[in-house]
Amino acid sequence: MNRQIVQLFALLSLLFAVLIGFTSYWSVFDAKALKDNSANNRPLLQEQQLKRGRILAADGSVIARSVALGHGSNLRYIRRYPEGALFGHPIGYSFIEQGQSEFEQSHNEELVGTSSEFGSILDQLTGANQEGDDVVTNLDPAAQRAALGGLQAAGFGAVVAIQPRSGRVLAMASNPPFDPNRVPSHLEQLDTNPDSPLLNRATQSPYPPGSTFKVVTAAAGLNSGTITPETTINAPGSLEVQGQPLQNDYLQNFGPISLDTALTNSVNTWFGQLGQRVGESTLFNYMDRFGFNATPPIDLSASEVGKSGIFEGENLLGPGAGIDLARVAIGQERLGVTPLQMAEVAAAVANRGRLMKPQIWSRVVEPDGHVVKRLKPAEYSRPMSEKTAAELTTAMEGVVREGTGTNAAIPGVAVAGKTGTAETPGNATCGGGAAENQGWFIGFAPAQKPKVAIAATVECTTQFGNDVAAPIFRSVAETILSGK
Amino acid sequence: MRSARNRELVALVPVALLLTAGFAAVFAQENARMGGLSLIYGAYFLAVCLATHIYLRIRLPQADPYLFPLAALLTAFGLVMIYRIDATLARDQANWFVFGLVLFALTIHFLRDYDVLERYRYTIAAVGLLLLLSPRLPGIGQQVNGAYLGVKVGPLQFQPTEFSKICIVIFLASYLREHREVLIVGARRVLGVTLPPLKHLGPMLVVWGASMFMLVFIRDLGSSLMFFAAFLALLYVATGRFSFVVIGMVMFLFGAWFFASTVPHVEARVDIWLNPYKEAQGNGYQILQSIFAQAEGGLFGRGFGQALITAPGEPHTALLPAAETDTIYSLIVDELGLFGATGVILLYLLIAARGFKIALLASDGFSKLLATGLTAVFAIQAFVIIGGVSRVIPLTGVTLPFISYGGSSIVANFVLLALLLLISDRSRSEEAVTARRTALAMEGR
Repeated sequence: MNRQIVQLFALLSLLFAVLIGFTSYWSVFDAKALKDNSANNRPLLQEQQLKRGRILAADGSVIARSVALGHGSNLRYIRRYPEGALFGHPIGYSFIEQGQSEFEQSHNEELVGTSSEFGSILDQLTGANQEGDDVVTNLDPAAQRAALGGLQAAGFGAVVAIQPRSGRVLAMASNPPFDPNRVPSHLEQLDTNPDSPLLNRATQSPYPPGSTFKVVTAAAGLNSGTITPETTINAPGSLEVQGQPLQNDYLQNFGPISLDTALTNSVNTWFGQLGQRVGESTLFNYMDRFGFNATPPIDLSASEVGKSGIFEGENLLGPGAGIDLARVAIGQERLGVTPLQMAEVAAAVANRGRLMKPQIWSRVVEPDGHVVKRLKPAEYSRPMSEKTAAELTTAMEGVVREGTGTNAAIPGVAVAGKTGTAETPGNATCGGGAAENQGWFIGFAPAQKPKVAIAATVECTTQFGNDVAAPIFRSVAETILSGK
Repeated sequence: MRSARNRELVALVPVALLLTAGFAAVFAQENARMGGLSLIYGAYFLAVCLATHIYLRIRLPQADPYLFPLAALLTAFGLVMIYRIDATLARDQANWFVFGLVLFALTIHFLRDYDVLERYRYTIAAVGLLLLLSPRLPGIGQQVNGAYLGVKVGPLQFQPTEFSKICIVIFLASYLREHREVLIVGARRVLGVTLPPLKHLGPMLVVWGASMFMLVFIRDLGSSLMFFAAFLALLYVATGRFSFVVIGMVMFLFGAWFFASTVPHVEARVDIWLNPYKEAQGNGYQILQSIFAQAEGGLFGRGFGQALITAPGEPHTALLPAAETDTIYSLIVDELGLFGATGVILLYLLIAARGFKIALLASDGFSKLLATGLTAVFAIQAFVIIGGVSRVIPLTGVTLPFISYGGSSIVANFVLLALLLLISDRSRSEEAVTARRTALAMEGR
C-alpha cells in the first residue's frame, strides 16, 4: 500500500500546486485587469477611505481638498473645490461614482500616495496609514481669473499662459467652464450639455489657427535660410494658388516687402509664397519641431490632450498628402490647432528658440511638508536658433506696436505677438452662421525678457482677433507682469 | 526517547511568535499603538499549547512531533485573521480551540487502543449517516444559503458534516482493511476493464452511496466532493487498482451531470463558477469579490487589517461575504499576498506529508488506511475550499481546517489530529521496541 500512499501524496501536491498557480494568477498576473474590472469597486472604495492630497495654486491657495465624512470604519472622504468653476479646467474632478478627469486623473498616484510593494511593508511595520501627497501647481489664481473672466466676456474659447523659460503653465482656462462641485449631482447634465462645458478647449479643441500660424511659417523660413529679415517678396493683392485666389484683406497690394512689414500687416500673399519657397518637407519638419503632429508633453492624460496638425477627418496628414502649401502657410487649409499648441509656439519664440515642456504641476509635498518631487523644467525641442527667435520677436513686436494686434499693447512694456482671424463660415458648432470667425492672439511680454507667453482664442465670433482675443491676452499678461 | 517531544517544543516557539506578532499588527492597525494585550493573547495561547505539549509528552511520547505545532500554527493564524474581522468571533474561536484541545486529550485518553473502532464500524457508519441527516431533522435543522448545514440544540450550534467525515473515514478504513484482499483477488476483467467484485463492494457502496445521497439531500456540495475524493483515495490505496478509481470517476461524472441537471442548487453553483460575471451583483457576487480581494494582495499583501471586508458608508454591504469562514483564504491573500497564501498552502501540504508518513510507518492495515483516509480527507477539504474561492472548482461552503471560524470545524479537526497522533505513537513505539530487541539480540550473541 505504501506505493499508493506516495502516489496519493504526489497527486495532492500537484493539486496544491494548482492552488498556488491560481492564487498567483489572481493576485499578481491578472491583478491589474481585475482591479480595472467594472464589477470591482474595491479600488474606488479604498481610495475613498484615503485622504487624497490637496491641489494647490502657486500662491498656496487651495484648489481641491478632501473633507472627511463619518468616522471609524465609516470614514470616507469627498472632494471639494473651493474656487468652484475657476479651476474646473484644467484640474477636473475626482469622485467615487463619477471617476476622475484632467489633472485629478493624471496626478492620481501622487494625490493618493500610491506606494510601492516594499513601501507598504514598511508602512505595515510602522502601522502608518497611507495618506495622499499635496500637489502644488503653477497656476496663478489672479491670471486664471483674468483669463476665464476675459473669455466669459468675449465668448466660448480658451486661454493658455506659459512661463517661457520653464514651461510652467500659469493659467489655462476654457469657456464655458464647469463647477466640479456639481459633478456628483449633475454629471449627466454637464455631459449632454450642447455647449460641452466638460471639454477642455485649451487642450482638446482643434481650432483653425488663422494668421497666428504665420509665426510657424516665418520661423521655418528664417531658420532654414530660405529668407533673411531683409529678403523681399512681392506681395500682390491677390494670388492664384491651385486654381483659387489667395487674397490679402481688402485686396491690398503691398509690392516687394520684407518679413517685418509682412508680419505686421499679416500679408497673406507674402506668406503664401514663403510657404511655397520653404517647401512641404521643411514646413512639416518645423511644425514637428514646434510639437505639431504629436501629443503635447503636458502633465494631463494623453486622452485629454489633442494633437495639432493638418486634419483629414480624424487623421493627421503628413508630407505628400497633396496639401495646399500656400494656404497652410497662412493658417488655412485643414489646419487644426489647440490653444495649448499655439501657446507653445509663442513660448518657443519667447524662450530664444527653445521650447520647454509645458507643465501644470510644480511640486509634490508630503502631509508633513517634506517636498518629495520638484518640477525640473525640461526642454522639448529647439525649433529655431536664438538668432531666428530674435528676428521673429522683432517682427512680432511690430504687430502689436503698429500692425494688426495693437489691442494687445501694454503701456510701458514691449509686447510681441500675432493676431489671427480664421473665417469659419457655416461652422455647425456656431449655429451655421455666415460671419463666424475664430479670433486669435498669441504673444509674449515683455518682448526682450519674456515672463509669459499666451495664446487666447474665441470661437464663433463676428470680430477680429485683435478685437476679441488681444484684450484677453493683455489682461492676463498685465496680471502676471504686475504680480511679480 | 524524548527527542520527538523536544522537537515539538521547539516547533511551538514560532507559533507563539507568529500569534504575538499578528495580534500586535492588528492592534497597531486598529488603535494606532502597540497594545500590551497582544502579548497577553500570545502568552495565553502559548500556555495552552504548552499544556497540550506536556500532555503529549506523557501520553504519546513517540508521536509525530510536527503535526501539533503545524495545527497550532494554522489555528494561531486563523485566530489573528478572525480577530481582525471581529474580536468577539475571535474570543469564541479561542474558546472552541480550548474545547477542541480538551476533546483532543479525551480522544487520546480513551482511544489509546483505537482498534476498538474496528469493532464498532457499522455503528460508527450509522452515526456518521445520522449526523449527515440531522440538519434536515425538524426542530434542530437549520438552513444556511440554500444548504442545510447546521444543527441547533439549545444554545449549541454545530455542523455535523465535520464529525461525520471522521466517522465515514473510520468505516471505510476498517471495511477496506478486511476486504481489500478479496477486492483485489476477486476482481474480474469485463471487456478489458477490471471490475471490483460487487458482493464485497456492496456494504461499502451502500454506506458511501447513502452519505452521498444525504449530502445532496442537505445540499452540502463541498462536503460531498470531499467525501467522494477521500473514498476514491482510500479505495486506490487499499487495492492499488487504478481502474477502480477510473470507474469511480466515471460514476462521479455521471452523478455530477445527473445532479447538475436535476438539482437547481447544484446547477446554479456550476453556472456561477463558469460565468461569474453574468450575475456580478447576484449569485456571482461572492466568487467575484473573493477574486477581487485576491487581486488586492499582490506579492506581499496589504498588511494585517488593511483589507476591505465591508463597504464604508451606508448601507453596510459585505465586500467579502463570509470572510470569517468560506472566503477567509481570499482575505489572507488580500492582506498577506501571494507569499502569505503560499505559506498557508505549504503548511497544509506539510500536514499532509506528516500524515502520509504516519500511514507509511504504520505496521497494520487498519492504521495505514485510517491514517491515509484522515489525512486525505483533511487535505482535500483544504483543497475544496481554497480551490473554491480561487475559482479552480465551483465554490461550495466547507471550512478551511483550523483557520476558518467555526467550533465544529476546529473541534473535529483536533479529534482527527488526535487519531493521527495515536497511530503515529503506536507505530513508532513498535519500531523502537523492535529496534531494542534487535539490539539486545545482537548483544546476546
